[in-house]
Amino acid sequence: MMNDPNTSPTKPRVAVHKFSSCDGCQLALLNLGEDLLTLAERVDLVHFAEAGPLDPDTEVDVAFVEGSVSTPEDLERIQHVRQHSRLLIAIGACATSGGIQSLRNGPHSEGWIAQIYAHPEAISSLQHSTPIARHVKVDFELWGCPVNSQQMLAVINSLLLGVAPRDNADKVCTECKRRNLTCVMVSHGVPCMGPVTRAGCGALCPSLGRDCYGCYGPAENANTDALAAQFGRLGLMPQAIVQRFQSINSQAPVFLAAADKTRAHHDD
Amino acid sequence: MMTEQKRTVSIHVPVLTRVEGEGALDLRIDNGEIAELRLRIFEPPRFFEKFLEGRHYTEIPDMVARICGICPVAYQVTAAQALEKLFGVELDPWARAMRRVFYCGEWIQSHSLHIHLLAAPDFFGCNNAIELARIAPDEVRRGLRIQALGNELMDLFGARSVHPVGVRVGGFHGAPAPAQINAIRDKLRAALPEAEALVRWTASIAVPQDDQPFLSVAMQHPTDYAIETGAIGVSDGLRIEADAFDAHFAERHEPHSTALFSTYHQQPYLVGPLARLNLNHARLPEAVKTLLAEIGLALPSRNLFHSLVARAVEILLALHEALRLLDAYRLPDSPWVLVTPRAGVATGCTEAPRGLLWHRYEMDDDGRVVNARIVPPTSQNQGRIEEDLRLSLLNFGLDQPDDALRLHCEQVIRNYDPCISCATHFLRMNVERT
Repeated sequence: MMNDPNTSPTKPRVAVHKFSSCDGCQLALLNLGEDLLTLAERVDLVHFAEAGPLDPDTEVDVAFVEGSVSTPEDLERIQHVRQHSRLLIAIGACATSGGIQSLRNGPHSEGWIAQIYAHPEAISSLQHSTPIARHVKVDFELWGCPVNSQQMLAVINSLLLGVAPRDNADKVCTECKRRNLTCVMVSHGVPCMGPVTRAGCGALCPSLGRDCYGCYGPAENANTDALAAQFGRLGLMPQAIVQRFQSINSQAPVFLAAADKTRAHHDD
Repeated sequence: MMTEQKRTVSIHVPVLTRVEGEGALDLRIDNGEIAELRLRIFEPPRFFEKFLEGRHYTEIPDMVARICGICPVAYQVTAAQALEKLFGVELDPWARAMRRVFYCGEWIQSHSLHIHLLAAPDFFGCNNAIELARIAPDEVRRGLRIQALGNELMDLFGARSVHPVGVRVGGFHGAPAPAQINAIRDKLRAALPEAEALVRWTASIAVPQDDQPFLSVAMQHPTDYAIETGAIGVSDGLRIEADAFDAHFAERHEPHSTALFSTYHQQPYLVGPLARLNLNHARLPEAVKTLLAEIGLALPSRNLFHSLVARAVEILLALHEALRLLDAYRLPDSPWVLVTPRAGVATGCTEAPRGLLWHRYEMDDDGRVVNARIVPPTSQNQGRIEEDLRLSLLNFGLDQPDDALRLHCEQVIRNYDPCISCATHFLRMNVERT
């Protein structure tokens, strides 16, 4: 049997915080099945509201933060989380890029609240949805919409072993090659985001014969110019090319720049 | 332009408001009577319906999934089916059946998560499932195994269970191989006795007797227990198609909440597992009916605390359905059919784990969204939750200590499995007594 989990002096204290999000990244832990009970023996889950423990004020070794900053209250809460955490790890597209809800960022969304709520004065919301690193120091980012259980356990195991988590910023294409999948773009002319998208999912979409849609955000050294040109050759209109880059991770700088460039090129 | 007939619906495009996270209850008791009771849900608006505008129909299933990490299949399937209806797409029978199997996976996952991680600890004096696992390890482990099996069923069609990538308008992107289906069938069959034991366990948990009158709203189907297809039924006898929803149901915004309140003919109503069981118990498979008779659950039930056992019953139903539909599995010629978009209004609904989910998309000739409206189950239940709290607190006794009142209110709210139930002590309750 394990030692009494409450008395082990070496067990790291872990918090999971939610900001503006769909809760899907926390499910990487809640969907562990029976492994969730093993995890609860190896780390001290101090604060994890969706699983039950509620204590946002205690000092922790590691805070996982899901969600984007999108309300005035969030601005204060993220500072509080930072002050009480030795390591802060942002998980998922909302926390690393602002998420799908950052599609509201920009002048086009001014007045949305007044247009749609009968009592707009009662709605407290910032104009922009922004990633955690915009506001506080982030020690590690785990990209993905959603992050998966293997990624989360790899990070937690690294921390338990006292080593830095590994950052895989390679492209989805490399995972396709390792799985020996047929390239959907080369073979079927499907406009796939794999060449510019960060690995980590295991090339799930191409495994079903469909296009990657960029939910893990930009890879390192992403050649978005070449991909945008290729999308054009495959018959995508400029608006469609912009929307390829403006989806789950629209405010990730590389995807934002690619969309702006396509728009500018089209307007010329 | 649009083909929809003119209707006097005075609703703007509402924002879909998620409700996990912040919930608060204001309760004021004057001279032993409830003077004020307000459930405040505050989740930052995420503006889904606004940023869907201008997007191509092929993007919608992937985008609406992001509304909820716990029930993405409900959003994907509802959107796909609404659009397929508008576009006049006839799905391959394989795809129709597999949509239901896929959806069963989500019911199994979501219900088991709710029962074991969110709801059950309360009834054993535990703060969370990890504590509950110390006194009921076999039951919690069984629950986590069933939850994992639901996820596995979703993985099979969607490659992952959170924001799956398999659904497309016209069917699925890919079809699982027969060997994979054989493997999951063995697991589903092995889970049947576990789910039966789960039903018996939830039925054995002592719950308050809290009899209340309310309207149940759920989809109904002539032969099946409605999940992904059917008409909208109400316990007062009304039966309508999805496109008549606006004629009977309305949403309004209350300043104390970011979730919109829905009403049916100006009254609150219930959606979700107990509403479904109340309306559709006659459509359950015989084996499930026999078990219901054995545990002595009389339906329709007017006690929302039966929601716990209702979820367990629906897990068993979903296992039976998945097994039935996978029985004669064959690979389709193609998992999807070609789609040609056209302008018009697409409406559709399905039974998400938490209840009726209704979508409406106005589309242009190019297959792009002109505007979108999504009515999720939790905002439909919000009015009913406030009504329930009021009645239930009177039954419980207003002279109880604040902590007991708070715990009771949390349990009442959790019966509805609103997304705010994620936190054990989510309720910041302010009690004022004069």
